[in-house]
Amino acid sequence: MAGAAGPRCLRHGGSLKDMDTMIASALSATNDFVVKFANVNGSGSASANEMFARSIIRMGVPVSPRNIFPSNIQGMPTWYEVRVSEKGWLGRRGGCDLMVALNPQTWGADVAEIEPGGYLFYDSTKFVPQERLRDDINVIGIPLTAICAREFKDPNQRRLFKNIMYVGALAALLDIELAVVEALIAQQYRGKDKLIDGNREAARIGHAYAREHFACPLGIRVVRSDAVGDKIFIDGNSAAGLGAVYGGATVAAWYPITPSTSVIEAFTSYCRKYRTDPDSGAARYAIVQAEDELASIGMVLGASWNGARAFTATSGPGISLMQEFLGLSYFAEIPSVVVDVQRGGPSTGMPTRTQQSDLLLCAYASHGDTRHVLLFPEDPQECFTMTAQAFDLAERLQTPVFLMTDLDIGMNERLCAPFAWDDGRRHDRGKVLTAEDLEAGKLFGRYEDVDGDGIPWRTIPGTHPEKGAFFTRGTTRNAQARYSEAASDYVYNMERLRQKFETAKGLVPAPVLTAAATPTRFGVIHYGSTSPAMAEALELLAAQGIAVDALRVRAFPFSADVERFVEAHDFVFVVEQNESAQLRTLLVNECEFDPKKLVKVLHYDGTPITAGFIVSAIAEAMNTPRLKPLAEMKG
Amino acid sequence: MTYIAKPRLLADVQPKNAAGFTRRDYEGRVSTLCAGCGHDSISAAIVQACYELDIQPHQVAKMSGIGCSSKTPDYFLGASHGFNSVHGRMPSVATGAALANRDLTYLGVSGDGDSASIGIGQFAHAMRRGVNLTYIVENNGVYGLTKGQFSATADKGSKSKKGLLNPDSPIDLVALALQIGASYVARSFSGDKDQLVPLIKGALRHKGPAFIDVLSPCVTFNNHAGSTKSYDYVREHNEAVNKVEVVLPRNAIEAHYEPGTLRRVVQHDGSMLLLRKLGEDYDPSDRIGAMNHLHERAALGEIVTGLLYVDESAEDLHRHLNTVETPLNQLGDAELCPGSAALEALNASLR
Repeated sequence: MAGAAGPRCLRHGGSLKDMDTMIASALSATNDFVVKFANVNGSGSASANEMFARSIIRMGVPVSPRNIFPSNIQGMPTWYEVRVSEKGWLGRRGGCDLMVALNPQTWGADVAEIEPGGYLFYDSTKFVPQERLRDDINVIGIPLTAICAREFKDPNQRRLFKNIMYVGALAALLDIELAVVEALIAQQYRGKDKLIDGNREAARIGHAYAREHFACPLGIRVVRSDAVGDKIFIDGNSAAGLGAVYGGATVAAWYPITPSTSVIEAFTSYCRKYRTDPDSGAARYAIVQAEDELASIGMVLGASWNGARAFTATSGPGISLMQEFLGLSYFAEIPSVVVDVQRGGPSTGMPTRTQQSDLLLCAYASHGDTRHVLLFPEDPQECFTMTAQAFDLAERLQTPVFLMTDLDIGMNERLCAPFAWDDGRRHDRGKVLTAEDLEAGKLFGRYEDVDGDGIPWRTIPGTHPEKGAFFTRGTTRNAQARYSEAASDYVYNMERLRQKFETAKGLVPAPVLTAAATPTRFGVIHYGSTSPAMAEALELLAAQGIAVDALRVRAFPFSADVERFVEAHDFVFVVEQNESAQLRTLLVNECEFDPKKLVKVLHYDGTPITAGFIVSAIAEAMNTPRLKPLAEMKG
Repeated sequence: MTYIAKPRLLADVQPKNAAGFTRRDYEGRVSTLCAGCGHDSISAAIVQACYELDIQPHQVAKMSGIGCSSKTPDYFLGASHGFNSVHGRMPSVATGAALANRDLTYLGVSGDGDSASIGIGQFAHAMRRGVNLTYIVENNGVYGLTKGQFSATADKGSKSKKGLLNPDSPIDLVALALQIGASYVARSFSGDKDQLVPLIKGALRHKGPAFIDVLSPCVTFNNHAGSTKSYDYVREHNEAVNKVEVVLPRNAIEAHYEPGTLRRVVQHDGSMLLLRKLGEDYDPSDRIGAMNHLHERAALGEIVTGLLYVDESAEDLHRHLNTVETPLNQLGDAELCPGSAALEALNASLR
């Protein structure tokens, strides 16, 4: 064991190249640091990295891991960033305190990214000259490849067990209980005893090696806590897939596209689990991989028109292709649910990076005058509830409903409130006339507003032998669904659709207000995956004496609460993860706010927004002449 | 174009089929297509086929895309739900509808522009996917609604009304359907109702993707000398390989046929196709043979019609997906929603 007290004394691993690296200002933090893994994709590191994150959660300490990966299957750089935060901040922090640098391709940048006083962990099998290191960081070299070559015979094991070995070593270095890691291994490979034994052995070797060669724990370390509570750890796409099961979706049509593919994969596996008929083994669902996104949404419309709950999951490029059908869904009033896991655009853009840049594309999808319902989940828990709710809204309103999630929520596991379901809840199938209704003479024009809410009554094909059949078309028609180009019929229909959108305002999820401790003339509006960074930013701002009321918008159309919030403040920062301030555009366009009142705070480089970014952007904006007088008045 | 609604006074005296419907009950609104349009003959053949099959009109879903042909579902089966979707995308809408309710009969009507150009992808994929759908293409070789541009099925060298010769190779949807998995493939002519009605009947009773290419001359834009889709040209070059009669299960015992002269094909639902051979020996169960025959005759300028291929052991998409017998749109909350207990267990596994 190297130096036990005083300045941290770490030993560079490897038999021939031992050297001590002493840093006077080694970072020191408990349950509050960032570990980043630099791997080569396709190397099998993903499950080991995830196990590392889970082990800290099992220690009762919140973490928020993020995959940073290329649009590639094998050989390119990939990172896994784990923020450990006793306070439960789940937004990205930025920076890196401990870099697990296992990718020679990115070595230089990875080493450069480490905070001064931070830690570098690497595979020291191959000698790394001093000039490729830094003298202001702590260096921890463990010859993972050499140990694996010595301990394991199978070439596959030699390759894969390196991953679990560094997890074992990190457990020692960060003071994560080895038993916790072993329990996770047993859980992950349940039923495959050979794998359990091998992985456990590798983890133990790594653990023992670190203990033997380095002063454990490091300055940054984990201490058991109870800050996780009853939270669950799941990715947003899985949660959306589960929400579709609970929401009663029976038909899913899709086309593979990053970062949405795992929504359907999750829907498939949850359906197999929960929707297999116990007697016949047959499926109470149908999932079709379509030939393209046009066909996906076409199938959704056909199924919804025919009375099934149907959805698709896609990303921006898919929505671009679906435009014509989305207009049909809107105009012919056929329910549809679209999960849009947003990524960086335009065009192919940044397929594996996150953005909130499809708002306008979705809000006004298709040619002609259209307006669509958008839902903005903040985390996997809301991906679940809002996906389930999307089917109720789509059928109630007979219109497309978009779940506007993004890569950050969708493809990263996130701690969130546990899922809940009220067994008394019934799917709201909306205004559908049954055979009994039709028999009783309850028959309305398909596009007639009989209830004053803009929502007409529909019939499902096959309902009644003589009554209720109608012809669905994307062309204009009168209230009885007959082809008509009469100006009055067209205007009646458009006004009714407008009324329907008004009705939607009262049905969509309400915004969530976080009021500042003291009255303030400043507000901030945010939505979706900005949520965790915003929560943290509000606390940081408050600590600087800046009071800001925050409103998390959860849906479009905006309810009256959103209008009141903007009206109640002199300036409202609109924080978004896109370049063109798309939510702000919607606010100005739909609510006719004075644009000068809505201050853009935009983060759009493809990385998830951080609290630090929000704080500096707001603090800086408050110093501009336009806002300053008010800030001073407040002060 | 006919403006006058048909009188319904005679409805009471018209004979009813076994389902209790008269032929009139299968009609729709008055057609707005040009007088003499081949498409109206096909609509009439659909009416006749549904009447003869004793189909309940409300158990049929009519699907179409955009174009003259796609307007026709408004002109037949007025008591059925219809869906005039977007250009070239009828197959996906029909696929979704068929997934939602496996019990209805799906009748897709499309045109050569709709299916061979903008929608060729969806056409191909609906066929290969095995959607239980009768897919009729009303093929006239031109875009009618936009006034006579060549479509992708127009033959090379065929002359347009404006005198232009088509320089492009044609797409033969029958050949394509045979290649990619349609399990019932036929070609017919709107001017040959005797041939067309039984082919539609057989298709409607077929459980799987059934495709019928119906040559349907456009009287306004493609019925002149030099066109290979005119009434005269199709009549002169029509080479029927067989004549089909459809016998429903309940009539099977009464059906008389002499072995040797007729070929008998029993479909999944028990209905029987009696095929009378015409001309040379033709085996409609031989897919490769059908493709060869088609190409050989096409090279000679002949248009092969009749039931070109039928797979007695056809399977549909629901079979592939192993869906439950109950239509998906009739499953209740209890069968769809796993409930709170399952969620609790799931939560526990995510900690």
